[in-house]
Amino acid sequence: MTSTTEAITGGRLMVELLEEAGVEIVFGYPGGAILPFYDELYHSKKIKHILVRHEQGAIHMAEGYARSTGKLGVCIATSGPGATNLITGLTDAKMDSIPILAITGQVATDAIGTDAFQEADIFGITIPITKYNALIKKADDLARHFEEAIKIAMGGRPGPVLLDFPKDVQLEKTSVRKASALKIAPHHYERPKVKGDPQEFADALNQAKRPLLYVGGGAINSFASAEIKALAEKANAPVTTTLMGLGAFPGTHPLSVGMLGMHGTAYANKAVLECDYILNLGARFDDRVAKYQDFAPNAVRAHVDIDAAEFNKRINVDHILHGDLKDAIREILPFVKGGDRADWISRIQTLKKNHPLDYDNNGESIKPQDFLNRVYTKTKGEAIVSTDVGQHQMWAAQYYLFDKPNTWLTSGGLGTMGFGLPAAIGAKFGNPDKTVICVTGDGSFQMCIQELATIAQSKLGVKILLFNNNFLGMVRQWQELFYEERFSESQWSYNPNFVKLAEAYDIPAMRIEKKSEIDKGVEFFLKDSGSALIEVMIPAEEKVFPMIPAGKSQQDLIEFKDLGKLKK
Amino acid sequence: MKHTLSILVNNHPGVMSHVSGLFTRRGYNIDSIAVGVTDNPEVSSMTIVLNGDDFVVGQVKNQLLKLPDVLRVQDMAYASSVQRELVLVSFSISESNRSEALTICNGFDVKILEMTEDSLLIEFSGNSRQVTNIIAVLKPYGIREISRTGQIAIAYRNQNAV
Ligand SMILES: Cc1ncc(C[n+]2csc(CCOP(=O)(O)OP(=O)(O)O)c2C)c(N)n1
Repeated sequence: MTSTTEAITGGRLMVELLEEAGVEIVFGYPGGAILPFYDELYHSKKIKHILVRHEQGAIHMAEGYARSTGKLGVCIATSGPGATNLITGLTDAKMDSIPILAITGQVATDAIGTDAFQEADIFGITIPITKYNALIKKADDLARHFEEAIKIAMGGRPGPVLLDFPKDVQLEKTSVRKASALKIAPHHYERPKVKGDPQEFADALNQAKRPLLYVGGGAINSFASAEIKALAEKANAPVTTTLMGLGAFPGTHPLSVGMLGMHGTAYANKAVLECDYILNLGARFDDRVAKYQDFAPNAVRAHVDIDAAEFNKRINVDHILHGDLKDAIREILPFVKGGDRADWISRIQTLKKNHPLDYDNNGESIKPQDFLNRVYTKTKGEAIVSTDVGQHQMWAAQYYLFDKPNTWLTSGGLGTMGFGLPAAIGAKFGNPDKTVICVTGDGSFQMCIQELATIAQSKLGVKILLFNNNFLGMVRQWQELFYEERFSESQWSYNPNFVKLAEAYDIPAMRIEKKSEIDKGVEFFLKDSGSALIEVMIPAEEKVFPMIPAGKSQQDLIEFKDLGKLKK
Repeated sequence: MKHTLSILVNNHPGVMSHVSGLFTRRGYNIDSIAVGVTDNPEVSSMTIVLNGDDFVVGQVKNQLLKLPDVLRVQDMAYASSVQRELVLVSFSISESNRSEALTICNGFDVKILEMTEDSLLIEFSGNSRQVTNIIAVLKPYGIREISRTGQIAIAYRNQNAV
C-alpha cells in the first residue's frame, strides 16, 4: 500500500525504510556521492553503522552477518570506486544465495553518463551478479524499489540486490512511501506451494534399499534442519552434505557421513557410488560434487529445490519436487515408511572404519588437522567458524564437526580469498555471545587484512586461526601433484611478522611452531572472550585428502593412504 | 535447431540488458532479437531467435523466468505461429539488367521504395527463410546496404487449424 505523508528527503526515507524493516546494523564506507544519506544515518538511533577499511570488507561482513543469522545483510558504498569494490562480494553472495542489500551512492542524475567524477555504471556492471538491481531515478520511486529489493533478496532462492542511489535523489523530497510490513528477519517472503507429488516422491525412497540424503546450502536458507533430521531418522537414511550444507544435519549424528565432493570424506563419496537412491535436498549438483551425468550411477535420483531452473541443469533426475525445502519435507514425511536398513547402515559403518579421514601425525611439526581437532574439542563444537579459501578451508570443513546450521561460513561457490576475516567480523556483530573463529591461511589473510582495524575499533572478540605454510598452499598442492613440483609463484618470498602486525592493532597474538606448543596455543587463543590471533606454523608439504582430482569423478578418489600412487 | 522465443517483459530501463546479458553469460548466441512495446505501455514484447537443442532452450527459458522483469516466455513452434521479418535492401542495377531486376521484385511481392539510374531500394517482409532467400537472389546484382529487423512472431489463436 502506498500512503502519502509529509515530504522528507530520499536519504531520510531510505534510513526510515531500513529502520522499519528491522535493519539494526549496516557495514559501509562513506564518500561524496552518498553523503546526504550518511548525514541522515547520523541521526538514526536504531541503526548501528560499522565503518570498515575497504568496501570488500563491508560486503563480506554483511555476508557473514547474513549467513550466521539468516537475516538480510546490508552494506553501503559511495559511487564509482566504492561501488566497484563491492563486486567480489556481490558475486560471492550470488553464487551462495545469500540475502544482501547493497546501497551505492551515484553521481547526480543530470551527470549520469557524462563520465563524471567517480561515476561508474554500477547498475550495468552488476546486472549479471545480482538477483535484482535498480537505479533510483526519483525519490518518489524509492519506496517501491526498496520493497521490491528486500522481497527479492529474501524471497525464494535468496540473493544479493543493489540499489543505486544518485546524490540528488538522496536530497529530493518525497511523500511517497510504502506502509509496508517488510521485515528482514529470517522469514520467507515468497514460499510458493510445493509442486510435485510428495507421495510418489516418498514411494521411491521407501522402495530404496540403500538411500542417501544429499543436503546443500538450500537447507540452511530454508531453516530445514529439524525436518531433515526427522526425515533421515524416520527413513534410516545416511546423510551427506555439501560444503555449503555443513551444519544443516549434525556432523556428530550416527547417520552423518560428512561432506561429499572433491575433498569430501571417502565414505561419503563411496556411499554415493553404492547408493540406490539419492535425494538431493537444496543442493545444485555442483561440479565439485557431481562431475558427470553418471553421478550416483546406481541410484534413482530425486531433487527438491526452490529454484526450478536447477532441475536437470547439470544432472538429470527422476523425481522432482519444486518448492521451499522445509515445506516440501513436511509434505513428504507422512508418506515415508520407517525402513529397516540394517545392511546399508552396517555397510556405511564399514566404509567409515576402512576409509577414515586420515593424516600422518608423527614427527615434530604441527598438523593443521590435529590443531583443528583440538579447537573443536575445546570449543565443544559450539563456535561459529568462518574460513578463507585454500587447504585450511578444507581441513576446517573436515575436522571441525558442525552440528548446527548457520555456524559454518565459507565462500563455497566463488571461492573468495579475503572472505574469512570480514565474514567473521560480521558474524560476531550478529552473534556477540558466541565464539567466532576465522580460520585462514597466510595468503588469504593478506587479502582483507586491513579489517583487523575494524576488530580493534569495535573491540570485537574475533579469534583468528592463521595457518602459515609460507605458501599458497592449495596452489602448491596442485603444482606438486599435477605440475611436477614446478612451484610457479606459489611461495611467499616475503611474509610480514603476523604476530607484530596483530599487536599493532591491539590484538593479542602468538606464534607456535612445535607440537609441544599446541596446548599452550589453544589455551592462549581461546582463553577469554577477547580477540586473539594464533599463528600456527605448518609444513608446506601437508596436503588435503581425500581428493578427487579435477575433472575426475567419485571413482577416482585418492585417499591419504594412496598418496604413493599419485607420484610415480 | 532454431527456436523462436516470444517474451513479455516490463518496459523498464535495463530490462533489455538483463535479458541479453543472460544469453551472453551462458554463452548462448542470439540469432536475432526484436523488441517493441505492446498495447500496454508498461509491457514490451521481445522476439528472440536462437539456435540450440531442446536442453539449451529449456535452460534459457528457466533462467529467463527467474528475472523479476520477465512476465512470460513462450516457445513458438513454427507451424502454430506467424513469423515475420522486414528487410530493406539497396542494390545495384544497370541499364542492361534493370528490367530483369524489376521482374524479380514483382515476382517476390517486393515493394520498391526508390529507383535511381544505377540502384534499387526495396522493402520486403516474410518469414526469415523468405527474407534470406530474397537477399540471395539480389546478391549477384551487388548489394550496397542491407537492414533486417530480426524476426517477430505471434501464435495463431486456433492451434488446431494448422
Ligand atoms: C581472490 C582469489 N584469488 C586467487 C584464488 C586462487 N586460490 C585458491 S586457493 C589459493 C591459495 C590459498 O592460500 P592460503 O590462503 O595461504 O591458504 P592455504 O591453501 O595455504 O591453506 C589460491 C591462490 C582464490 N581462490 N581467490
